[in-house]
Amino acid sequence: MNDTYLEYQAEILRMTDRDPKRCMICGKCTASCPAFSEMDFHPHQIVGMVERCEFDVLETVEGLWHCMSCMACSERCPRDVQPARFMDAVRQWRIRKQGGEHLHPQQVPEKIDEATPQQAIAAAFRKYRK
Amino acid sequence: MTFRYYPGCTLKTKARKLDETARRCAAALGAELVEPADWQCCGAVYPMAKDEIAPKLSAVRALADAKAQGQELVTLCAACHNVLKRTNLDMANDEHTRDAANRYLQLPEAYSGETTVLHYLELLRDRIGWDAIRAKVTHPLTGRKIGAYYGCLLLRPAREMQMDDAENPTIIEDFLRAIGAEPVVYAMRNECCGAYVTMEDRAAAKARVEAILQNAQACGCEELTTACPLCLYNLRENGGALKVTYFTELLAQALGLEAAE
Ligand code: SF4
Ligand code: SF4
Repeated sequence: MNDTYLEYQAEILRMTDRDPKRCMICGKCTASCPAFSEMDFHPHQIVGMVERCEFDVLETVEGLWHCMSCMACSERCPRDVQPARFMDAVRQWRIRKQGGEHLHPQQVPEKIDEATPQQAIAAAFRKYRK
Repeated sequence: MTFRYYPGCTLKTKARKLDETARRCAAALGAELVEPADWQCCGAVYPMAKDEIAPKLSAVRALADAKAQGQELVTLCAACHNVLKRTNLDMANDEHTRDAANRYLQLPEAYSGETTVLHYLELLRDRIGWDAIRAKVTHPLTGRKIGAYYGCLLLRPAREMQMDDAENPTIIEDFLRAIGAEPVVYAMRNECCGAYVTMEDRAAAKARVEAILQNAQACGCEELTTACPLCLYNLRENGGALKVTYFTELLAQALGLEAAE
């Protein structure tokens, strides 16, 4: 096992404070996920990839940006794995890396209109860049 | 009854209607809401990663201020409520967050989650009471078939939010009954509206909203009501098939403080 990947895994487990080994792959989180159809990889797969240290794949997952942090997966997980925390931690790990920002301030004007609430912009900055 | 009141940034700008109607209704119901002079934006989303402390500090300041005043802290925006309530629990139960936050802030007195955080709906239900509200209604919303749109942030995680049953909530339906309206229950009232993903992929947010509105209409909703400015935005701008208002606008109409449109 690649040492760097073990460090990444340790960082993510520090963030989630949850053991991915508790997952029994029942798929309830993924079945609950309202963003299912836009995701390339789904919450139960993200949990599994963290457990197996598959950071080469996690580095390229696009579905992370479609997670709305709605907490449906965490609420419905029968094993209290908190998959939403894994989605968020992997996203954090990605945006914390150099050049990992997914949103740049210059892009904001084209994404908003007259009615866009500040809440949307503040939330997007928290979720898409460091 | 006097409460500390945290409006949050959106209620000072795009969601002024939510703030204004809530204040006027609270006054009419005998609850005084006092806004601190110097609150800061809560950050809009609760930082889930355990190692993030700095993004929680503005919430801790607001919580500590309410403690210093000896008052309960009332929130109104569903997002602020989610952040303040969960951060408060971290300050009470998570030693690492508590120590680090107190070290950063150097408050006159260390803060450990002593404040009670109440959403405005809880203020109505648990401090004022549905019967007292019913007694003050002069213009009941008779015959209006309204669907409660809860979204995510008021209810989840249920273990932390403790407002209502996350899958079968009743608080907004009870509110609607108290003001004389006819609540309509539909399956998707607690499914996500797309939230901030409208900034990333508007088509995805539109798909979420379309499913919610179709379900609400099929169940007989003629209008929807919400406590969240971002839900309102998504339901209106990425949907539009049903009228959507803040629940405090309905309350203001029922109390005769504002004419129904
Ligand atoms: S719901 Fe929980 S136990 Fe089931 S697959 Fe998802 S994370 Fe694993
Ligand atoms: S929190 Fe993210 S992964 Fe979990 S159900 Fe919601 S959108 Fe899907």
